[in-house]
Amino acid sequence: MLDDLKNIKNHRFNRRKFIKNVIASGAVISSGGYMLSGCSDNSAPISGSVERLIVLKVNGKDRPVDVMQNETLAMTLRYKLGLTGTKLACDRGECGACTVLLSGTPHNSCSTLTHSVRNRDITTIEGLEQEDGTLHPVQQAMIDELGPQCGFCTPGQIMSGVALLNKNPKPTREEARQALSGNLCRCGAYDHYLNSIMRASRIS
Amino acid sequence: MTKDMMPNFALFQPTTVDDAISLLSKYEEKSWKLSGGQDSYDWFKDRAKKPEVIIDLNDIDELKGITEFENEIVIGASTTLSELEGNRIINDNFSLLSDAASRVASPQIRNAASIGGNLCQDARCWYYRAGLDCYRAGGNTCYADTPEGMNREHCLFGASRCVAVSPSDCAAAIVALDATIVITGPGGEREVKAEDFFIGPDINIERMTVVEQDEILTSIKLSKKWAGAEFYFEKVADRNTWDFALVNVACAKIIEDNIFKDLRIVLGGVSCVPMRLNACEDIARESPKDDETISLASSIASRGATPLNYNHFKIPLMENLVKRALRT
Repeated sequence: MLDDLKNIKNHRFNRRKFIKNVIASGAVISSGGYMLSGCSDNSAPISGSVERLIVLKVNGKDRPVDVMQNETLAMTLRYKLGLTGTKLACDRGECGACTVLLSGTPHNSCSTLTHSVRNRDITTIEGLEQEDGTLHPVQQAMIDELGPQCGFCTPGQIMSGVALLNKNPKPTREEARQALSGNLCRCGAYDHYLNSIMRASRIS
Repeated sequence: MTKDMMPNFALFQPTTVDDAISLLSKYEEKSWKLSGGQDSYDWFKDRAKKPEVIIDLNDIDELKGITEFENEIVIGASTTLSELEGNRIINDNFSLLSDAASRVASPQIRNAASIGGNLCQDARCWYYRAGLDCYRAGGNTCYADTPEGMNREHCLFGASRCVAVSPSDCAAAIVALDATIVITGPGGEREVKAEDFFIGPDINIERMTVVEQDEILTSIKLSKKWAGAEFYFEKVADRNTWDFALVNVACAKIIEDNIFKDLRIVLGGVSCVPMRLNACEDIARESPKDDETISLASSIASRGATPLNYNHFKIPLMENLVKRALRT
């Protein structure tokens, strides 16, 4: 009996220790620095391939940055330029959370090579508000209509909405639905997002 | 997790087709052609394919744009699907292609994906995509064609070891429009009819098209014979966004005095290549457009189908799509 109790105690201790270790290693793995250093290219680059030091036009500013050849735009924005408003979720172009505007059209930044957008105007969620802090009409409408629930997919939804209103300032609800069809929302707040876009189209 | 980073590769961004081809010839099997990248990045991120040299074709101006000539329209291979969707020349002449392009994946993907890449995309069988050593990946088994295999999306026709289907929506439209594909390689240009462009596993199990490793799909030519004909495109997929077609139909018809003067019907998602329904066309051609012709033509659409465990539903689905395509 006593032995049994001891065993249980040991077992518990071991399990707790195990879980602690998992959490610790998880924290290391999820840090951005680790992601990048683990994949950095230490071998000499093949001559003729692209230069790593480039200048990106992000939110109207020239941002010099050291970009690896295999780096996606989402990684550059989040971990090199600190623009963490752009979210990374599926990393496969299947959810739209990482949507940014390239020359005004929405793209999945997880599925874009940073080197291929050197000459494009990149707009992220951080670039929408004005200098004095006034929010973009779509952002304001999201607040007024309580568009988001958990909010993780919201930056992507807003970027798709902004792209739509730039092209078509008075869309129908169906057109807005089509424009936002590339953005998944696990809370299912689709109608709230649509309400927000329609409100933004009325006030802007 | 490190899932965000692709394995290392060297990136080249040539500005002419000749430079791109000489790079492809230089690096041979180590190289990979990148256009919109919406197919390629998944391969790299999943570590299922690890090319060492990526040749990005997006800086090549020769591959861009849509040009109208007297007898044909030429579409550059780098033209994005959104551009096709909104292009006036295509909408006026070949709305079948813009309809097909508008049904691909999601708005964000259509803004990045090119028509060349859409036509050249690899098979979407998830066993193959997961990096398993199936026949198509150089192994000696097919995981989909087994009693337990999940093969709801797989083919009814043309299986040869591999049972994957042609996943592209534009491919069906391109074949229905009798397009010509222009391929450029070290020896210059060659032209291939769209029907011969796609190849099944019986010809080469590791490829979906006739494009060789050192060649590039440079443009697509649409002859004006079919310009302004009556078109019908329909895609049936689980979700309206993202999902590949379970079955899609592209149909071009020339109808005079209620008689099918000429027509082409092509189905995607039922075979490893876009499948032209020659027998249905022969029944309908020169026949009146009435219920009798249409039900006769659609009833033979699925003749010869060999369904797998979970894809029997595609047989009535394809028959009904053919019926709708002819009736509308």
